[in-house]
Amino acid sequence: MKRHTAFHETRAALEAGEATCEGITRQYLETIEKGKRLNAFLAVFPEQALGRACAVDRKLAGGTAGRLAGMVIAVKDVLCVKNERVTCASKILKNFVSLFDATVVRRLEAEDAVIIGKTNMDEFAMGSSTENSAYGPVLNPVDESRVPGGSSGGSAVAVAAGMAHTALGSDTGGSIRQPASFCGIVGLKPTYGRVSRYGLVALSSSFDQIGPFANAASDAARVLQVIAGHDENDSTSARMPVPDYLAALDRNIRGLRIGVPREAFIDGLNAQVRTALERVLDRLREGGAVVEEVSLPCSEFVISTYYILMTAEASSNLARFDGARYGYRSSGARDLTENYVRSRSEGFGAETKRRIMLGTYVLSAGYYDAYYLKAQKVRRLIQEDFLNAFRRVDCVCMPTAPTTAFARGEKADDPLEMYLSDVYTVSANLAGVPAISVPAGSDDRGLPIGAQFIGRQFDEATILKIADFLES
Amino acid sequence: MAVTLEDVEHVAALARLSFTEEEKARLTGELNEILRYMEQLNNLDTSTVEPLSHVIELQNVFRADLQRPSTPREEILKNAPAHTEKFFKVPKVLGER
Repeated sequence: MKRHTAFHETRAALEAGEATCEGITRQYLETIEKGKRLNAFLAVFPEQALGRACAVDRKLAGGTAGRLAGMVIAVKDVLCVKNERVTCASKILKNFVSLFDATVVRRLEAEDAVIIGKTNMDEFAMGSSTENSAYGPVLNPVDESRVPGGSSGGSAVAVAAGMAHTALGSDTGGSIRQPASFCGIVGLKPTYGRVSRYGLVALSSSFDQIGPFANAASDAARVLQVIAGHDENDSTSARMPVPDYLAALDRNIRGLRIGVPREAFIDGLNAQVRTALERVLDRLREGGAVVEEVSLPCSEFVISTYYILMTAEASSNLARFDGARYGYRSSGARDLTENYVRSRSEGFGAETKRRIMLGTYVLSAGYYDAYYLKAQKVRRLIQEDFLNAFRRVDCVCMPTAPTTAFARGEKADDPLEMYLSDVYTVSANLAGVPAISVPAGSDDRGLPIGAQFIGRQFDEATILKIADFLES
Repeated sequence: MAVTLEDVEHVAALARLSFTEEEKARLTGELNEILRYMEQLNNLDTSTVEPLSHVIELQNVFRADLQRPSTPREEILKNAPAHTEKFFKVPKVLGER
């Protein structure tokens, strides 16, 4: 598969008058049309995008263009774009129209990015394969019989298949990094609180974070630069200064300390993934980085902890879908309770209902202490593991996923097996730290492998710098 | 702590969901498998550990208590499955059961 160009090349062509934003947008619209079978988009905005692109061309000519002028972006359909539908790939939100723009969308447009459409996903971001969409699965452009990963599969495919420069996804337990790994691109989950979630439909509020997909680390840095920072509409967004991420990409990693957790490189790890990761570590050593072993003793508990807390939070968040105020309503309910039950049972898909059940169970009387409270305590131990590691190293490196992209249908009937495929990604969400997946070659079938770098809280700069170095 | 069919029915009622008999049987099996796996957490001694509910240092977040315009009612009602001029319309609250 051809590797698509980084945005700075587009920007140079625009400034040299060799391209127009309108022309670039038109090209992306054509690629989306040609790649329809991949099912990456739930909505495309040709008229609005071209209209905005022409306006951006005028600004470019007048010298008043924003930092993202010329960039075409796709956004996951869990983010609100005013007057457009936001479905979360669920039947229950099929006709819901957003009343406002998500803060990230507003910030991107304020810097003259063009939003080209909304991408397909696992319903309510619950899944690791984008097979759980009410609007059909997304295909991996590298091998169409395989899943693109999930839950932000549509955003990953949009970028990997050249349907947009970059895309936004949301990452609750790996939903940006794992599809980036499966599709051979860069995917960044920022620190919890780095990016405002105003206008992001909530899945699990103590984990959710918005981040970019890109073909190059520098593109991810550009997008993060614009979307990061405090927002008064999201009280969980941090009041921390936003550093200059592009300036950090100096390709000098001399003296950088990189920790390799011994628990991540267990005997069961896929041999080709292991070899690819070792090759990445060799390159970092050659660049002057210091690679040393660290320990994250609670690694074996991350999946249990994550799925207890995540489903508990999701079951509360999804209680708002009641068929009363918005969303799908079942016909013929005789009273209000029946209206709730029928609307929810008909509107939600199987995996969403399974997680609501699990989450309701762990929160129910008699089980709260044994599951929910216990998991909150283990979560602290998992965060402490990272704090301890970061006393010795600047970041931690491990695979993004234990395997390359699996076949469609392969894990669809085994929820626990599907959950276990998130074993390397959920810990960053549990600890609230930033993490990035970067392409690390491919296996003997040509399927992409991802290497993951996990940084200290609010230190996206270091992991972006490593990602950028690996592109040199 | 095995999950029974009755537990599944109880939790479904709490979550305002309904399932067919076949779905209930499958969910019982799946929940048991998942929860059995999760019981591994009992191998960790957490008796002296404080629960973690928020991963970044955040104290109370205050904002000025200023009057600001809210979303117009007619805008909100546009997304309602049924509404009158001013209100959401729902089936009767008290059922026949």
